[in-house]
Amino acid sequence: MNLVIKDLNVVTKDQEKEILKDFSLEILPGKIHTIMGPNGTGKSTLSKIIMGSSDYEVKEGDILYNGKSILPLTVDERSRLGIFLAMQSPISIEGVTNSEFLRTALNERREQPIGIYQFMKDMEQGMKDLKMDSSMMHRSINKDFSGGERKKNEILQLKLLKPELIILDELDSGLDVDSLKIVCDNIQEYRKENPTCSLLIITHYTKILDYLIPDYVHIMKNGKIRKTGPLDLAKQIENCGFNYTEDVSELVTNE
Amino acid sequence: MELVGLNKETVNQISEIKQEADWIKEYRLRSYEAFEKIENPAFGPKLNIDFSKIIYYKNNEQEDKIKDSWDDIDTEIVDELDNLGVLESECHLDGIGVQYESEVIYHNMIEELKKKDIIFTSIEVAMKEYPELVKKYFGKIVSNSENKYAALNGSVFSGGSFIYVPPHTKLDRPLQSYFRINSRNMGQFERTLIIVDHDSELHYIEGCTAPNYSESSLHAAVVEIYVGKNSKCRYSTIQNWAQNVNNLVTKRALVEENGTMEWIDGNIGSNITMKYPCCILKGDKSNGTCITISVATNKQEQDTGARMIHLGKNTRSTIISKSIAKNGGNATYRGKVDIKKNATNSTSLVKCDTLILDNISKSDTVPTNICNNTSSSIEHEATVSKISEEKLFYLMSRGIDKERATELIILGFLEKFREELPMEYAVELNQLLKRNL
Repeated sequence: MNLVIKDLNVVTKDQEKEILKDFSLEILPGKIHTIMGPNGTGKSTLSKIIMGSSDYEVKEGDILYNGKSILPLTVDERSRLGIFLAMQSPISIEGVTNSEFLRTALNERREQPIGIYQFMKDMEQGMKDLKMDSSMMHRSINKDFSGGERKKNEILQLKLLKPELIILDELDSGLDVDSLKIVCDNIQEYRKENPTCSLLIITHYTKILDYLIPDYVHIMKNGKIRKTGPLDLAKQIENCGFNYTEDVSELVTNE
Repeated sequence: MELVGLNKETVNQISEIKQEADWIKEYRLRSYEAFEKIENPAFGPKLNIDFSKIIYYKNNEQEDKIKDSWDDIDTEIVDELDNLGVLESECHLDGIGVQYESEVIYHNMIEELKKKDIIFTSIEVAMKEYPELVKKYFGKIVSNSENKYAALNGSVFSGGSFIYVPPHTKLDRPLQSYFRINSRNMGQFERTLIIVDHDSELHYIEGCTAPNYSESSLHAAVVEIYVGKNSKCRYSTIQNWAQNVNNLVTKRALVEENGTMEWIDGNIGSNITMKYPCCILKGDKSNGTCITISVATNKQEQDTGARMIHLGKNTRSTIISKSIAKNGGNATYRGKVDIKKNATNSTSLVKCDTLILDNISKSDTVPTNICNNTSSSIEHEATVSKISEEKLFYLMSRGIDKERATELIILGFLEKFREELPMEYAVELNQLLKRNL
């Protein structure tokens, strides 16, 4: 999968706040990209914009998914195209069971509805891989789930829905060290099976990058990518903070 | 034959057609007097009913005997009922009754129940065959001067079920009655009396989802239920009257010691509905539950709720109400919990949630909570919400389109109700909701 974001200018729906200004980024097939940056710089918002959230309005620029603009597409159409956003704080929905939800989501992207037996088998396997309690299958979506369980639930959905572009928005928040490893192992496993699948990791911390080693690190500030570099850049950020990028000269990337 | 308009003569005529005992005729006439005196309710939707235009009695020109085989019933009616799924549902039930216009036309139940001395028949047959049993309870739980429509029912009632479950008897599967109105301006005034004697259990399903296409009709039913000591009764309804039927129903259960009454009450159709199923928790340690949903669309007014009157000590009640308003509908919860002075150590939980789907619809919550002793408590929770954009975004981000996502959220909202229904009705309810929302 290849995603090109070209000179994107985005404001909030009420037109009050400018979120992205001439934002450009290219995500390459099969690669891991990470975006780091201080709080409030628009990283999470970027992920929602790619997903098509109606909270924001694209004023200028384009987002091309394998060369085709996705701006006219609704949220569900973008999902069916292959974009998956693992959210920072997944919401709970009472009365809709996890299995009902996932089966509906799966069937929306299939011509023939999935057989109940096959579905249960896939879901059980996925939950086992993620060390999730199997009772969660029949519980309301994320209802009374811990922060960690919610995150695992996101990855369970990913495993079943089989996207081509995975955006992880602060995956590490709410996850303890062991769970973070389990979750990242699952993502790696998925990438192995789907080598063209690209990954965009949005994070504050470099811990997750120990498990999912990025090919490119992008530093974002005030709605724009300020710097792009290899993994070292992330390490420097960890040592010196985000202000670092303004003081040093451009790092030469491999590209 | 058909009786239009209401006066003393109509009441007499109905009684004569039914060849009733004198005490019933007198009961009808007393009820008629009460009806004339009592005004429309001072609360809730404005009722504008022209009583002179309504058909108070209509039979289907068949022989007056209730059949227990579909072969003996007019094929046109059987086909119509078959289309509604009535015949098919019979295999999930222990017994079934069907009322068409004013009269019960079909009643059947499995042999085992007959052997267990369970009675399931029409109220008229019961009055003739078991007069002492009927007399003991009839009109004792809901008084004929209770409200205008209970009085109206008392004077012109026709059809409805009578059930008697003897002591120490449990039914494995539900009993069910279907009610159908087919004529314009038809009034249906069925009268149901259920007696669950001590240490027994019954699940009764009323008129579930049988659709109805009549024009501006009136449905004013009375349901009386007696739940004996250590017994349990569950009464499930999904009313799906056409949107020009006024549905004004009085339902009440009297619960003896350690007994349990559960009302599972769904209101999806009709124009105006006023219905507040009630439990009188008379015996110590008795329980009452009412789980109700109301869906109001297209100017429908669903004025529903529940009433729990605690008389016995250590009594418990729960009311869960879920309302949805759309397209200018009004879904209002109106309920009452009254814990009397002697009903010590009692508790009540009232939970009302409303989902409003647009800016032109309306919902009110009108609770009356009275607690008259210091050892008891009433807990009341109410929420009003709309379909959250955040939830929609979440579901859609997994590839589910907006319409289907909205549907999932609505069904989720009603889950507490759906999970109380037998499987096949939960499925039917989903279909109904899809059609109405």
